Amino acid sequence: MTGVGTRARSFTANRGHVVVVVLIVLALLYPQIAGSLASIPLIGDFVPATDSMVVMIAFTTMAVGLNMVVGYAGLLDLGYVAFYAVGAYTAGWFASQQFDQVSWQLGAVGIPEGLPGIHLSMWLVLPIAGLLTLLAGIAIGLPTLRLRGDYLAIVTLGFGEIVPQFVRNADNVFGFDLTHGTFGITPIDSLGFGAVGAAIGLPESFRQSSERSQWYFWTAVVILLITVFCSVRLRESRLGRAWVAIREDETAAAAMGIPLMRTKTWAYAIGAFFGGVAGAFYASFKGGAFPADFYFNISVFLLCMVILGGMGSVWGVILGGMILGYLNVEGLATIGSKIQQSGVPKLDEFDPTKYQFGIYGIIIVLMMLFRPAGLIPERRHKIEMVEGVHDTPFYDVQHEGTLTDRDPEDD
Amino acid sequence: MGSTLTKLRGASITDMIGLLLVALVVVWLLVNFFKSPTEFVNIGLIGLTTGLIYGVVALGYTLVYGILQLINFAHGDVFALSGLVASTVIISVLGLDVNSSTIAVIGGLAFTLVVIMVGFSLFNASIERVAYRPLRHAPRLAPLITAVGMSFIVQNIALATYGVNYRTVPNFIPRTNAIHIGDIVYSWSKASVLIIVIPLLIGLSWFVRSTKQGKAMRAVSQDTEASAMMGIDVNRTISVTFLLAGSLAGAAGIVYLLQFNMRYDTGFELGLIAFTAAVLGGIGNLTGAVLGALLIGFIQAFNEGLALFAPGSDWTRSMVFGILILVLVFRPEGILGEQTPEGA
Repeated sequence: MTGVGTRARSFTANRGHVVVVVLIVLALLYPQIAGSLASIPLIGDFVPATDSMVVMIAFTTMAVGLNMVVGYAGLLDLGYVAFYAVGAYTAGWFASQQFDQVSWQLGAVGIPEGLPGIHLSMWLVLPIAGLLTLLAGIAIGLPTLRLRGDYLAIVTLGFGEIVPQFVRNADNVFGFDLTHGTFGITPIDSLGFGAVGAAIGLPESFRQSSERSQWYFWTAVVILLITVFCSVRLRESRLGRAWVAIREDETAAAAMGIPLMRTKTWAYAIGAFFGGVAGAFYASFKGGAFPADFYFNISVFLLCMVILGGMGSVWGVILGGMILGYLNVEGLATIGSKIQQSGVPKLDEFDPTKYQFGIYGIIIVLMMLFRPAGLIPERRHKIEMVEGVHDTPFYDVQHEGTLTDRDPEDD
Repeated sequence: MGSTLTKLRGASITDMIGLLLVALVVVWLLVNFFKSPTEFVNIGLIGLTTGLIYGVVALGYTLVYGILQLINFAHGDVFALSGLVASTVIISVLGLDVNSSTIAVIGGLAFTLVVIMVGFSLFNASIERVAYRPLRHAPRLAPLITAVGMSFIVQNIALATYGVNYRTVPNFIPRTNAIHIGDIVYSWSKASVLIIVIPLLIGLSWFVRSTKQGKAMRAVSQDTEASAMMGIDVNRTISVTFLLAGSLAGAAGIVYLLQFNMRYDTGFELGLIAFTAAVLGGIGNLTGAVLGALLIGFIQAFNEGLALFAPGSDWTRSMVFGILILVLVFRPEGILGEQTPEGA
């Protein structure tokens, strides 16, 4: 009996692995085949360019990070854009001419010797951005995570609004230009393999290379793969199971000895880490960090990816992220121009990109109403949606006269 | 004396920091007051007017939160849409402008108020019926996420109908002064906010306190299951709450339109400010919402208007959210939080 069970399981696991490997190989080939795909009649126009794929993957990585907070631990974070901003600005601080009071270089590529500012290698900046964002996540999390779900949502939203206003206004912090205000920090250094890489035929700097898009694309895929790997492994770890326990029943989880605050803070911090890395990468790809990029809409956009794909389901979030990312970067514009060319009278002015957030809103509402577990549901989450979870009954909260549903002493 | 000392010693560090922050704000206000009293009062009057508008929006949040424990993100956008529709009614349907007679202005405004309040109470109740009611037994996050989605849908309805330009109405309410004492002035256009809002607040308070439906609302917000056992139709009561909240959003839209210009996304930021006000006062508590909104109105006006040590309007949003976060950290039940079970 056991043997059959094990074999059956290993067969499914193997099949899963095969699918994953095939998908990865296809993804790595994408820059080569994108051109020929685009020449297919009818559907060719809808094939995203490699550059667009980079943006889609960067946002999908953030969505996978957000999924750890929202999907695994059940903490609704409406200010995830703050982590993206911290990551992007870290890249700006450590790999641009922002601090021209000094001139430090360490492994930076594609810039002349002696250029003012701090220029670390982007490969170093990515983990640094992740760590700084992780610290930001802890700093935001510690005071707020003891709040109940909906209050947490509004406070994270508050942080998501404060951070962009801060970077917009922090061009004169007691006379010190920290963020360069509305102009943002630009140019941010490129990724690249430097002189060592150039010696073996790899591009010295992606931006100056003739194959810029494909190198950024491959880096994005690698970052996404690392994120997905960590995400899947964390889900099965002790910490990940503690997150799910908290999501399903906070009181029972606490009774089983799970330290609530510490576990939630880790969810927040680790989710933030990947947001920061993806943010720094995207800033390097775009070549700048601008305050106008960090609005509440982005937080909702990322949340929408998680919901569409399926909260807690990594593969679902990747699917949701790629679909919405595609619509955002190219899809809506392409569909819009098709509609305008269709010759139907009144529609020649119709521009769906203008209403993209309305469209995301409709997706959110329809998904919540009709398929709350997402396109590729996570098994446990689906059960929760059907059977309901034990949640703090609201009348308890009011009688306690406080919004925390447990004793702050127990951490 | 002795008991005060023990109390102080018993207070935690967070309480001390909280008190210190409040003390700093008070000192800042006092310094500014003695510097130039008339300016201080004039700015305070601006704060009173904005605060009242925030209060009407905040009431909508607090009513819904009190009964459903749901942050109705769409409320701010319903408010903005109502203001935009009101501008159409005032300009295109009624044709009010600077030359309109006083009676035409009063009659026209009354007509607009009735039309918009009725229309948007129905609109708000249908949002509840379509988007929130099916999720009554889903996990808590589900209706909250749906509310975020509804917010974007309503915002885009406004965008599709009115485009991206700011809308405003002609100054048919004279800018002459209603009150004029020394250098302290208060114009009729600002006074109109008081004239519209204060009766509304009295009416709402009467409704919640004295009518059978209001009693049902308070019962449901205290204990849904028990009130259902007592024969209260919970769904109907929730619908009534959304009707009320929608009509308040409509009224707020009109008074806001009389003061400022607005466009499709005005409701998002104002909604967040109003929600902060509701939390500041103690969510679920009607008096608290108005009190919190007045406080926020004053803080905003002083921040933007005062000369000494004021961070200025660049930082208003950060300050409002900073207050929200501080309140939730130091005193999550809000200023009047203890009264919550009886409040609404």
